[in-house]
Amino acid sequence: MSGLVALPLVVMLASSIVALACLRYRRIQEAIALTGMVALVVAAGWLLAETWDGQILVLQAANWPAPFGITLVADLFASIMVMLAAIVGLTATMYSVGTIDADRERYGYYPLMNILVLGVCGAFLTGDLFNLYVWFEVLLVASFVIMALGGGRPQMEGALKYVALNLVSSVLFLSGVGLLYAATGTLNMADLSLRVAEAEADGYMTAVAMLFLTAFGIKAAMFPLFFWLPASYHTAPAPVAALFAGLLTKVGVYALIRVFTLIFTTDVGYTHTIILWLSVATMVTGVLGAVSHNDVKRILSFHIISQIGYMTLGLALFTPLALAGSIFYIGHHIIVKTNLFFVAGVIRRLGGTYELAHLGGLARSRPALAVLFFIPAFSLGGIPPLSGFFAKFVLVRAAADEREFVVLAFALGVGLLTLLSMTKIFVEAFLKPAPDGPPEPAAGAGFWHYTPIAGLAALTLVLGFAAEPFLSAATEAADQLMEPGRYITAVLGEPQ
Amino acid sequence: MNSLVLRNMMRFLASLLLVASVFLLWRGHNEPGGGFAGGLMAASAFVLHALALGPAGARRALRVPPLFLIATGLGTALLAALIGVIAGDPILTGHWVTLDTPGAERLKVGTPLLFDTGVYLVVVGVVLNIILPLMEDE
Repeated sequence: MSGLVALPLVVMLASSIVALACLRYRRIQEAIALTGMVALVVAAGWLLAETWDGQILVLQAANWPAPFGITLVADLFASIMVMLAAIVGLTATMYSVGTIDADRERYGYYPLMNILVLGVCGAFLTGDLFNLYVWFEVLLVASFVIMALGGGRPQMEGALKYVALNLVSSVLFLSGVGLLYAATGTLNMADLSLRVAEAEADGYMTAVAMLFLTAFGIKAAMFPLFFWLPASYHTAPAPVAALFAGLLTKVGVYALIRVFTLIFTTDVGYTHTIILWLSVATMVTGVLGAVSHNDVKRILSFHIISQIGYMTLGLALFTPLALAGSIFYIGHHIIVKTNLFFVAGVIRRLGGTYELAHLGGLARSRPALAVLFFIPAFSLGGIPPLSGFFAKFVLVRAAADEREFVVLAFALGVGLLTLLSMTKIFVEAFLKPAPDGPPEPAAGAGFWHYTPIAGLAALTLVLGFAAEPFLSAATEAADQLMEPGRYITAVLGEPQ
Repeated sequence: MNSLVLRNMMRFLASLLLVASVFLLWRGHNEPGGGFAGGLMAASAFVLHALALGPAGARRALRVPPLFLIATGLGTALLAALIGVIAGDPILTGHWVTLDTPGAERLKVGTPLLFDTGVYLVVVGVVLNIILPLMEDE
């Protein structure tokens, strides 16, 4: 069944080609993009079902044996991430059908969305470090164009910051790949894992590891290199912001987890301690930024940063439980954060603005929307029994097990502040009486807006109320990450 | 640009560039060259046409919109990648057929060449999709 690993990529490439060929026909393009995303969800579900019991699927592209060719690997972590990407891709495409204007569609919005998700899935599935770089470029180039497409001056400015910082990150990444190749002569990640472990402990590998940490740290928006994110995400249209917020920074987190569990594990005391304190700083600065803002999209953007800190915290603690917490947190966060950006878009359509001061009264006029905001928002804040509670609980438990009580205190404090700023949005936009007249005519929201929001809210509830199977899957995925031997054997075969 | 010399030389030069681009694509399988270099050279033939007779003329000479070339090229590359799957091998695996030609040599044609042809079309499409609108803006 190893051919299955390439199926998500083939599906996305095919649907982007067909959508590109039908660029002139709006409705057909939308139908193709939706069909492609549904097919991706099916393919990802199949892949997840095959890897659910811990099997690692490996595909040697073009039949070149590893470590010489490019290997595609689907372990449980990768399959979970592909599934999440498919869910975000599908909901964002649905939301786009009701939102994106004819101009953006004419310039290839849907094919670009497909190529973006193709790049994301490729980055999750590849087992080759240089190929990871290539997939990063695929998704970045697509995201650059989507970011700048059809926008005015502020959107262009946001896109410019996004492009500049991400290019710097790519250069660092590529330098790291070059240095690693020079030292080991291989790019296959499983092979690298063996060679780096054999290398002399003279600081060379630690220096290379720091290059990777900086490169992926920029892409993941970790402290202190996060400032491009709030400067750019809030300028894009709601479905674009949701897709970027939900998915793109998590590709950076995925890459961090992958290389710092598989390749750079020789000097854990040094590298992972740095990641630990960077995570704490990321959590704290992100949440402080969020508390100080009054624009819904900016608040949500700063919360992405703060949440990234939790995800890398699990990597830094480097125990099976902590990594399971990270993986569960990523799943919870992707679903919840995408949904919050969708709701923010609907708030903007109904109230005419993202500014909290000019919003109000939505709980009375749209009680259903209030419920749909309440679920992801308070899940993000960590209220039991929603999904965010279990995600935070596992991480805090792991921190307590490692006796990192300072870190634990920070994690809890940041959780409280997150709850505070979610309550702020809820009170200001929904509960307080409406100000006199909306600042501009409201656009209204319909089927294509509410369906993805309701679907993601339902998923949040399932992740919370039926957390057990998902937590055990996260635990299995974390066990695979903590024992790279299984991954290496799956890729390279039994050691002779 | 309105130059009599350029206009008259263009037909000759552009056809030469196109032939050379196909040659590059062909030899790229085992020697320097390939779909990317060939595609750039083919695109430069059309850019030369546009310089001599204007971008509208180049679009007419191209016959199909550049975007169509991108889609076709990507589709060709995907097809080349999937031929191996139909034969039961992993994706992108190369397959060859040997053709008997009237001459002495036997011709080996394979999916890597098909893939490179896809790259060639994508490169021509992308380059013209960028350059022609820029020339039309003037």
